Amino acid sequence: MNDAASQNSNQTALYSWHQQQGARMVDFAGWQMPIQYSSIVDEHQATRQSVTIFDVSHMGRLRFNGDGAGALLDRLLTRSVSDMQVGQVRYSLMCNHEGGILDDVLVYHLETPSGTRYFLLVVNASNREKIVQWIEAQWPDQAAVELCDRTLETSMLAIQGPNAIATVEPLVSINVSEMKYFRTKVTNQMNKPCIVSRTGYTGEDGVELIIRQGQTEHVLQNILAAGRQFNISPAGLGARDTLRLESAMPLYGHELNEEINPLEAGLAFAVSWQDQAGNEREFIGRDALAEIKDSGLQRQRVGLKMDGRRPARDGYTVLADGESVGIVTSGTFSPTLQKPIAMAYVSAELAEPGKQVDVDVRGTLIPATICPLPFYKRTS
Amino acid sequence: MNAEDLLYCDTHEWVFVAEQDGQKIATVGISAFAVEQLTDLVYMELPTVGTTVTAGEEFGEVESVKAVSPLYSPVSGTVVAVNEGLPDNLDTLNTDPYQAGWIMKVEVSDDLPANLLDHAAYQKQCGEAG
Repeated sequence: MNDAASQNSNQTALYSWHQQQGARMVDFAGWQMPIQYSSIVDEHQATRQSVTIFDVSHMGRLRFNGDGAGALLDRLLTRSVSDMQVGQVRYSLMCNHEGGILDDVLVYHLETPSGTRYFLLVVNASNREKIVQWIEAQWPDQAAVELCDRTLETSMLAIQGPNAIATVEPLVSINVSEMKYFRTKVTNQMNKPCIVSRTGYTGEDGVELIIRQGQTEHVLQNILAAGRQFNISPAGLGARDTLRLESAMPLYGHELNEEINPLEAGLAFAVSWQDQAGNEREFIGRDALAEIKDSGLQRQRVGLKMDGRRPARDGYTVLADGESVGIVTSGTFSPTLQKPIAMAYVSAELAEPGKQVDVDVRGTLIPATICPLPFYKRTS
Repeated sequence: MNAEDLLYCDTHEWVFVAEQDGQKIATVGISAFAVEQLTDLVYMELPTVGTTVTAGEEFGEVESVKAVSPLYSPVSGTVVAVNEGLPDNLDTLNTDPYQAGWIMKVEVSDDLPANLLDHAAYQKQCGEAG
């Protein structure tokens, strides 16, 4: 990392702490982030087997206040928002008019202790500025809505793994173990406001906390103390990537971009054509997506299991009978399966589990089998 | 072999040259520092015996969970042996990078490049990098 790059980088509230832990820092989407503290595989296994904590403060946090917020987000997102109950979290996509994916987001519907309701959008760090600009360009004329970018005033910590709930439970004033997956609540941590959600990007059970920036290290120390009985350890972006890949969660810039639509990405569940009353919904990208749906998909996101031990990587060509039929978007060596796995887009006719293809790994054709996603699913 | 007796590339390969039947044979591996930096090794591509390698050029690659790293030859010559068992036991690189973790032996055809570092100079470089 050269000086110019680090000067242009944002630092999370835990930057010094990461350094004290001996983390290897990288620039990720304009943020100085820990890639790993010990080894990616160790951090990955600790998440699958017990509990780890990730600093995910680089994720964008956009708050929407006002009566018009639901209607604005309904128009911006592929899934309806205004029918969400307070306490719900919903995965959704933001598309452009051509149906290309601008970002994948989590929408939180929250209520402050004083009873004010609002929506929170958690967006990818790499897309935050683009999304704010896009939203401002779609702003309604009668703006009964206010957008606050809360990213820099808050921090976000992800506690993930089978012991995550037991770690967090004693620290917050709500019963996290009774909270369902994809539920959220504004609560307190040491008498400071804290948004708790049962969410994550690892395929494990877990919790994410959004807290005031100045409270971050304090909250972190409480979590580390509470998790000591489970040998809690920090985990970095390296493990976050292998964990989400095993769980087949798409990553923006790899499985998702503005040239990829939600249907070929296998995210049709995140497109709601009708509202709860059964009326057709209007949202940006709907017409283009309806046309794509009618004319059929050209390509689809699939899983690949590679022969041997050599991983495929982003950008490698997928071939069938010597002809290019697709492209790898993410690949790694799966610590859980102990074999190389990848996600790729391939021609629709090949997108069938069991089909044999080859991947061009830096000049060598490595046989691979199309397989169903995800590669890993937790049992409990 | 002791780490102190080896020569190093700035790209973290080590080399030890010995006379054997009138030939100069170079044993090549990667440093403990490199192994520690790479972490989570999953794959290694060895060169084929009989191929020629050139100082400063790629002769194979090592891959971790995160990324692929090329291996650069410290010397020019012909590959006369490779450590066949190493790719299936990459942990050897953690436990014994300078003995059991050797990668290839090369019959050296040219003088050693002038830019190889002795142990002290290499340590200094690693300190600066780390």
